[in-house]
Amino acid sequence: MTRAYLERISRVEPEVRAIITVTDELALKRAQKADKLIASGGDAGPLIGIPVLIKDVMCTKGVRTTCGSKMLENFVPIYDATVVEKLNDSGAVLLGKANMDEFAMGSSTENSSLFPTHNPWDLSRVPGGSSGGSAAAVAAGETVYALGSDTGGSIRQPAGFCSVVGLKPTYGLVSRYGLVAFASSLDQIGPLTQDVIDCALVMNAIAGYDRRDATSVPYDTPDYTRSLVADIKGLRLGIPREYFVVGMPAGVARAMKTAISKLEELGAEVDWEVSLPHTPCALAVYYIIAPSEASANLARYDGVKYGFSYQAESMWEAMEKTRESGFGAEVKRRIMLGTYALSAGYYDAYYLKAQKVRTLIRREFGRAFEKYDALITPTSPTVPFKVGEKVDDPLQMYSSDVCTMPVNIAGLPAISIPAGFVDGLPVGLQIIGKPFSEETILKIAYAYEQATGWHKRKPNI
Amino acid sequence: MKLSRKEVRHIARLARLGLTEAEVANLREQLSDILENFEMLQRVVTDDVPPTAQSIDLQNVMRNDEVDPSRPPTEILANAPRREGDCFRVRAVLE
Repeated sequence: MTRAYLERISRVEPEVRAIITVTDELALKRAQKADKLIASGGDAGPLIGIPVLIKDVMCTKGVRTTCGSKMLENFVPIYDATVVEKLNDSGAVLLGKANMDEFAMGSSTENSSLFPTHNPWDLSRVPGGSSGGSAAAVAAGETVYALGSDTGGSIRQPAGFCSVVGLKPTYGLVSRYGLVAFASSLDQIGPLTQDVIDCALVMNAIAGYDRRDATSVPYDTPDYTRSLVADIKGLRLGIPREYFVVGMPAGVARAMKTAISKLEELGAEVDWEVSLPHTPCALAVYYIIAPSEASANLARYDGVKYGFSYQAESMWEAMEKTRESGFGAEVKRRIMLGTYALSAGYYDAYYLKAQKVRTLIRREFGRAFEKYDALITPTSPTVPFKVGEKVDDPLQMYSSDVCTMPVNIAGLPAISIPAGFVDGLPVGLQIIGKPFSEETILKIAYAYEQATGWHKRKPNI
Repeated sequence: MKLSRKEVRHIARLARLGLTEAEVANLREQLSDILENFEMLQRVVTDDVPPTAQSIDLQNVMRNDEVDPSRPPTEILANAPRREGDCFRVRAVLE
């Protein structure tokens, strides 16, 4: 099986370019070990021997972890992230490390300092981002599943763009230990899979408390496969109208209405007239909070302990030149934005204000979840855009995450599942739940998937 | 309101981020656009609204005061650009 996937990788990778490092030798070794264990009748869980690709932002011991950045191009971690350790313990076979926007900042994977990834459904378009390599590889059949990370939509938006399943768990459910930090109050790791069953299986392996992550929540994780019952009769679903943004192409809006009507047909009680009036503030809140946290987190790249290092006479020159040459344009933009928002004189007007509006967004979700079991929205306002279409306009690029950012701001779980095609390009349906209601959103996702079968369509590549 | 070249240089210095002249020119435009977009937040009424720093209820998480084994210096230093013996080699802070 591992061999078949490695062959598939060498066949499609020249066009898709989803993978930064292929760990073929290590993969074959792990596969042989899995074979032996299965043959000896050992206790083999559902993930044993199954190939996985890990976004290159999670530390893998002895395997280069670049974060899509020149800064970490030759960085080899000395420990495994908790999620990697857990997958290893499950007998998973690591195929390699997936491409991504540099330090997970971006929505198209064009910000990778190594090379851009292409959408398997249409190679002239982006796969989304920042977990674009993970999503494209799953869609192109280069791996069975992948792990991604999601700070403002970085799992769900590429999942929607590539027609795969992507889950961002509740903040605190999956350990962030060994995840290279971008915005620590927003980052979460989650699975990208071909269907909802695989998503539940991977969640069983990676969720749970970890004392090495101070924001890990002590929570008794259930068996997520038990929620895979295609029965959503009587579930109350809300459709927040603010997510159907101005300028959304008619085809996407139509696909969403069809998808929601399907849920209604399956017995859910749908309220089409929900309003979350602070939704339009989410973009500004996100692009103040995330860069602020990033500017602090990325202060560690000083060319002293690890990573790229510019050799100069004085300490300050070495540090400034290290950061000038090591970081790409988007990372610099966010460091600048964050530093500005936190600087003397602007802290109250930007950072503190954003944190207050964050409270309002959370409260609004909280009130909605008193009435509804889940909220249903598009994952993105558009279908995948063309490579190069938005690179010169940061605000346009940022807007591609308007439907996903509010979820991170409030720390909620949300899943994106395939919901059809508009002119041959994928659209995703986002299901948002209250904190720790992964079982509910998986159940809705499963019922929809079983009824429509969109996940069975594969790109011609 | 467009940021001045001096303001951009000042922020870059706070972040210890070297920038080329072309980057400064680009960032003047782009940061000004983005900040203008953020102005919408000023119209949101937030009197008596407490700030949210993170979305879970955990506070002051402490680990037990127990000694864990440290990683060996050879591992810690494996990725160091410059080292001297078991130390990171840095440039002089005071000159």
